[in-house]
Amino acid sequence: MPIDHLNPPTGQMADNVIGFARALRKAGLPVGPGGAIDALDALQLVDIGKRADVFTTMEAIFVKRHEHALIFRQAFDLFFRAEEDWKQMLDSVPLPDDARRKPPPASRRVQEAMTQPSRGEEREAPQEQEVRLSVSDREILQKKDFAQMSAAEIAEVTRAIADMRLPQAELRTRRTRPDRRGARLDLRRTLRASLRTGGDIVDIRRLGLIDKPAPIVALLDISGSMSEYTRLFLHFLHAITDARKRVSVFLFGTRLTNVTRALRARDPDEALASCSASVQDWAGGTRISASLHNFNKLWGRRVLGQGAIVLLISDGLEREADSQLAFEMDRLHRSCRRLIWLNPLLRFDGFEPKAQGIKMMLPHVDEFRPVHNLTSIDGLIKALSAPISGHHRLLIRPAV
Amino acid sequence: MTAPSALPTSVDGMLDLLTKRGYFAERALATVAYLSLRMGRPLFLEGEAGVGKTEIAKVLSAALGRKLIRLQCYEGLDVSSAVYEWNSASQMIAIRLAEAAGESDRDQLASDIFADRYLIKRPLLQALEPDVNGPPVLLIDELDRADEAFEAYLLEILSDFQVTIPELGTVKAPAPPIVVITSNRTREIHDALKRRCLYHWVDYPAADRELAIVKSRVPGISAKLSQQVVSFVQKLRDQDFYKSPGVAETIDWATALTELDARSLTPQVVGDTLGALLKYQDDIQRMQGDALAKTIKEVTSE
Repeated sequence: MPIDHLNPPTGQMADNVIGFARALRKAGLPVGPGGAIDALDALQLVDIGKRADVFTTMEAIFVKRHEHALIFRQAFDLFFRAEEDWKQMLDSVPLPDDARRKPPPASRRVQEAMTQPSRGEEREAPQEQEVRLSVSDREILQKKDFAQMSAAEIAEVTRAIADMRLPQAELRTRRTRPDRRGARLDLRRTLRASLRTGGDIVDIRRLGLIDKPAPIVALLDISGSMSEYTRLFLHFLHAITDARKRVSVFLFGTRLTNVTRALRARDPDEALASCSASVQDWAGGTRISASLHNFNKLWGRRVLGQGAIVLLISDGLEREADSQLAFEMDRLHRSCRRLIWLNPLLRFDGFEPKAQGIKMMLPHVDEFRPVHNLTSIDGLIKALSAPISGHHRLLIRPAV
Repeated sequence: MTAPSALPTSVDGMLDLLTKRGYFAERALATVAYLSLRMGRPLFLEGEAGVGKTEIAKVLSAALGRKLIRLQCYEGLDVSSAVYEWNSASQMIAIRLAEAAGESDRDQLASDIFADRYLIKRPLLQALEPDVNGPPVLLIDELDRADEAFEAYLLEILSDFQVTIPELGTVKAPAPPIVVITSNRTREIHDALKRRCLYHWVDYPAADRELAIVKSRVPGISAKLSQQVVSFVQKLRDQDFYKSPGVAETIDWATALTELDARSLTPQVVGDTLGALLKYQDDIQRMQGDALAKTIKEVTSE
């Protein structure tokens, strides 16, 4: 039975569902205004006396990603609290305003969503910082180590990074588009054109293959030893996420976090803020092996398809370097098109890969590059835009 | 194909319908499938490979007596292989014939050769056509393999259930098909598409359900062996393998074991057939020797 959307049903049931949808939105689930209406539609079709069925029904409407299922379950239990005498409770559960005032114990995220003011209310006015540098300053800046910069210089570098435009290293796809010099015949368009001349084929139309930028997957080490660099790398990754569509970014220290979505925000400061909000182990220890294991297991198949280029940004200082690390590196290497290791330690003259972790990882990368100043990032961008070749080779590049 | 049957009217009805066809669904999956039929919304199923996502579309079509139309997605899938294509060779012949007959009216020629009979209908267009048995079941399999451009195109079809062919006009389905979309999550599907669907994550089945599946799919299997097979597979799923075995693998393995006349799991027979369960060399290596013997011992002593 469809419901009248202009005059939605009143009573506790509708209020509860709408309130619940609002609570989910605050907990971070992408619930649109249509969601509550859909849920009410769907609830007409099931026996609302059965808690499990109501749960599944709402889950099918409100949850669109597997990762959200846990949050949904917690929110559902919190909102529709009583297990027993469910039917009676459905008519008398508290409205979200009540829920906000006195949250029962549950997961932190759901609880925060129901208690805290929304983000807009608490954001402070951004601090403006005017930085003007002369041309020669800029030249110095190009080669200056990120770790030795002042706040003003970092602000300038951030701006320079944002201005960098990635040339598109392209992969040929199997989709086609009209192309005068294409290799394939476009019979459909040729025929249509031929009708203009009464059926004589004068003009042969062709199809060419579409080129698409190769996907980039960045794995950024955010452990303590990398702390002077992480923020700038995040700026760099934000800039390339902005410029091309298929970029996935993961941060790792002791655990792995996918921040691709957080980085999609247009404003770099907002993107970085939401990035750091989603990471729990900022500037802590490193567990490269375990993080790579998680990446390979949970994400590898999902983001490395279609010939991805992997940027591993880490100093490779891993205490628990064992054969497992080599194994995970090898798996990562075999699942992507090109594995580029960016290591700030490479800036030192006479750098030798002596640390155990670095020795374990080095055989499995295609390229080993320094990243510590603007010049090296420029070099990286050139490398990314070079034609993609199939063969793997190891290049140790000297510090610039 | 059986005669068309009415849509189920309750979650229990749906559960019955699926069970009768040998699909042992969790109640949650039956609920979502039921809702998708009643609300006319596409059913979006995500989960690991081999948990029965594709199977439910097949079972639905058989149980409801509807035609099953399957669109297997792959990278580079485009309109001409998913929706329609013109039969250019026949059109060309028609033009030559018209010329030979001395016809010179160009507009007439155009409307003649862009007619329905020169249209090659691909799965999506077929699914929009009226069918005597009622709207068909449209299975869009492994959508994660298609690229984003195709996904955006699908968005349009799934919201209006119509396709526009420039030369012919708009084809609209008299009644929307029953749509089942599956994804193995090799990439994330855009939220815009998921929003139009009812979403459900299909998980590995619990032991009792998996046992029922094995018994129904591998009829000759003994009670003891099926119990051991399921228990062994469930133990494998608890471990940290690169690719855990799905239900399809369990069935394969159980079939392999019955073919070999195995009565009980022994290290020898399991070692020989492990490839039916684990598909990565690293995983198989981890499951050799002591680890294998230990797991088998646990399973057989239960």
